[in-house]
Amino acid sequence: MKKSKLLMIVGSLLLLGLFVFPLWNITLEAPQYPIPLGMDIHINKFSDTHEFDIKNINLMNHYVGMQYIPENIPEFKIFPWVIGIMVVLGVTIGFIGNYKLFILWLILMCLLGTAGMYDFYLWEYDYGHNLNPKAIMNFKNPDGSVMGFQPPLFGTKYILNFTAHSYPRTGAYLMFVGLLMTFVAFFVGKKEAKE
Amino acid sequence: MKTIFKSLLAITVLSLVLSSCGNGGSEKGSQGALSSSAAEKVYVAPGEHDEFYAFVSGGFSGQLAVYGLPSGRLFKVIPVFSVDAEKAYGFNEETKPMLNTSHGFIPWDDSHHPDISQTAGELDGRYVFINGNNTPRIAKIDLTTFETTEIIEIPNSAGNHSSSFVTENTEYVVAGTRFSVPYPQKDMPIDEYKGNFKGALTFIAVDPKDGAMDIKFQIMMPGFNYDLSHPGRGDSHGWFFFTTYNTEEANSLLEVNASQNDKDFIAAINWKKIEEYVNNGGGTKAPAKYAHNVYDEETHAATTTMKDEIVIVNPSDVPGAIYFMPTPKSPHGCDVDPSGEYIVGSGKLAAELTIHSFSKMIKAIDEKKFDGDAYGIPILQYEATLAGSVKQPGLGPLHTEFDGKGNAYTTFFISSEVVKWKLGTWEVIDRKPTYYSVGHLMIPGGNSRKPFGKYVLAMNKITKDRYIPTGPEVTQSAQLYDISGDKMELLLDFPTIGEPHYAAGIPASILEANSKKIFKLEESKHKYVTKSEAEAKVVRDGNEVHIYMTMIRSHFAPDNIEGVQVGDKVYFHVTNLEQDYDVPHGIAMIGANTSELLIMPGQTETFIWEPKQIGVWPFYCTDFCSALHQEMQGYVRVSPKGSNVPLTYTLDGDAVDAE
Repeated sequence: MKKSKLLMIVGSLLLLGLFVFPLWNITLEAPQYPIPLGMDIHINKFSDTHEFDIKNINLMNHYVGMQYIPENIPEFKIFPWVIGIMVVLGVTIGFIGNYKLFILWLILMCLLGTAGMYDFYLWEYDYGHNLNPKAIMNFKNPDGSVMGFQPPLFGTKYILNFTAHSYPRTGAYLMFVGLLMTFVAFFVGKKEAKE
Repeated sequence: MKTIFKSLLAITVLSLVLSSCGNGGSEKGSQGALSSSAAEKVYVAPGEHDEFYAFVSGGFSGQLAVYGLPSGRLFKVIPVFSVDAEKAYGFNEETKPMLNTSHGFIPWDDSHHPDISQTAGELDGRYVFINGNNTPRIAKIDLTTFETTEIIEIPNSAGNHSSSFVTENTEYVVAGTRFSVPYPQKDMPIDEYKGNFKGALTFIAVDPKDGAMDIKFQIMMPGFNYDLSHPGRGDSHGWFFFTTYNTEEANSLLEVNASQNDKDFIAAINWKKIEEYVNNGGGTKAPAKYAHNVYDEETHAATTTMKDEIVIVNPSDVPGAIYFMPTPKSPHGCDVDPSGEYIVGSGKLAAELTIHSFSKMIKAIDEKKFDGDAYGIPILQYEATLAGSVKQPGLGPLHTEFDGKGNAYTTFFISSEVVKWKLGTWEVIDRKPTYYSVGHLMIPGGNSRKPFGKYVLAMNKITKDRYIPTGPEVTQSAQLYDISGDKMELLLDFPTIGEPHYAAGIPASILEANSKKIFKLEESKHKYVTKSEAEAKVVRDGNEVHIYMTMIRSHFAPDNIEGVQVGDKVYFHVTNLEQDYDVPHGIAMIGANTSELLIMPGQTETFIWEPKQIGVWPFYCTDFCSALHQEMQGYVRVSPKGSNVPLTYTLDGDAVDAE
């Protein structure tokens, strides 16, 4: 088999890691939490980093009027299908071996990924800003607006007594490697086509 | 025990004058300033953990304190034999049964000798056992929750002092009587003691799976005082050794009349042989009344079972199982070295320490080197079992522990010192004063096959001028010595709860990972558990009102209750819904004739309130749980008896009619 085909097929298959490993993680550190609270985000569920973390995050957040982290969101139904279809598509394209299709697949994947991140941002924004008006504690920004508690999309941010970290996890890393492989597959395929 | 020490004190002054080895043990000048290295050795920086746990008994407090070593910091007082209003132990409905006995509910005892469970002669860190001295009982503390989970009463016993020591694989925890009593108990003249009173030695089997205790048999020994005991280990595994005093069988003014015999005995008991005898149907099933109290971690509640039968073994029925080894002058401590070969008897009125040899004992038995018998129990010839003696070691030897490097450490109550000596050569290597009047000492694992010989903790009965004074009653203390070098070095001196009678130590690394953080709410089988706010309710049953209440940061559900009447018996069944480490909540009701409840995450506890006056009465959270702790409160409206105010309850204004 051609090197480019192999790269494309294996690269696509690496997306399957998302069905096993978490995509993203949000961790909250505070002095009272020497073992930080954490939530793993999978393509089909939220899960505790340590048992009962989500329950305890909810408990913390109720002071400032944040909603409970839902057990289910519509995205958990959609994401597994999208990833599944993209894997099938990627493998099929890999077998076909047309390098131009490789880059199309990658562009589509990047668009979907961006859409996913935007969706995640919208949820985070709502989660951090749509606060219960009867909240126990209200905080204002220096400019007088109501303080939000949106966790960072990527990176580290201080939110009151918490330090919030938001970073990719194993599933996402496997996906990045996969995407990189399909990108390389495109160039290798192009080179192979010239020969 | 305390009385004996106190009266021995009376001769302290005299002894110090007469003593040829009174080498300035209590001279103020020798205390000196501690070298800075001592401070460094006990300094555990903020956030760092201690190297060892020390479970120090509270003596007449009835409890067991948990300290860290080398820092000497107190972490927890585990209630065992005495009620503890702070933790609702003996006050809430769940733990009241723990203190039941054949004499009824007893709110106090005198806790003496903690001993950690062993496997293959080494500390395994599953349980710590401790004896109640006054109303004889043995308790078991689970070292995952650090809570008392089982207490068994010992019938036919009194002054349960030669207890609660475990055999090499925790096959048995052993309880011996200090005071002999009539057996069976009867109304008889006290001066007919001799020959009529008996000393019961009780072997409590420990289930290897769940640690459940059950009295396997009781040996009905002659009416001596059985003072202390320790199991054999290694080659001597299968034997148990008890010191005796008052072999005179005096019943009055014991300080004189029980000090007449030149030698008392160490009783050597082949428990394996007796176990076999009992397993083959030996022994007599005799009536006995005793309580067995078990706390179930799933139901979060204790139950009492009254037992009515016990297997009694008469020593003469099992020939070859019990021997007496003569030991000078009212031996107190009875300590077996890590190899199991040496049995140290501390004749508390003797001028020397007596060490018996197990192998010589077996040889003497084989060769029948007897020197008569006592009530049919053969007395071995003194010289035949003697391994050696430590000459002029100090005054008033009490207890010995071992460092696993061939050294023994013995406390001397009267000369107030710890003396280090060498096994085999019996030479004294070092001595250090204690402040003052040391009783027991403890080396972590110092009575096992594998001691951790880095520190010795000496426990003192008297402190006098050692700390800032607190009126006539001043603290007792513990002192930590570094024993890693040739010479002992006093590192630290810290106050303790009650009487620090004895202690058991274990490396923190063995226990830390097993320490539970929360109880899982989903796994609770408490009869009155409320697993969510939605399930909270109030139920009337005649004049009983049962409140199924939950607590979570920072509110109770329900928080307001109406329809309670004067004369009702109101049960608060309160569940802590938290599932986070170190988030307990408390609850207390104005006018309730009981303690607060202090409830750990996932746990349910119950208290009873019998309102006597109409009105609106508040309750609140007693443990500073959160930023909104002060808001964590509620009210109960109490109406006159027969009132038609309906039973309702609310959370955030939504009234709910009770069933």
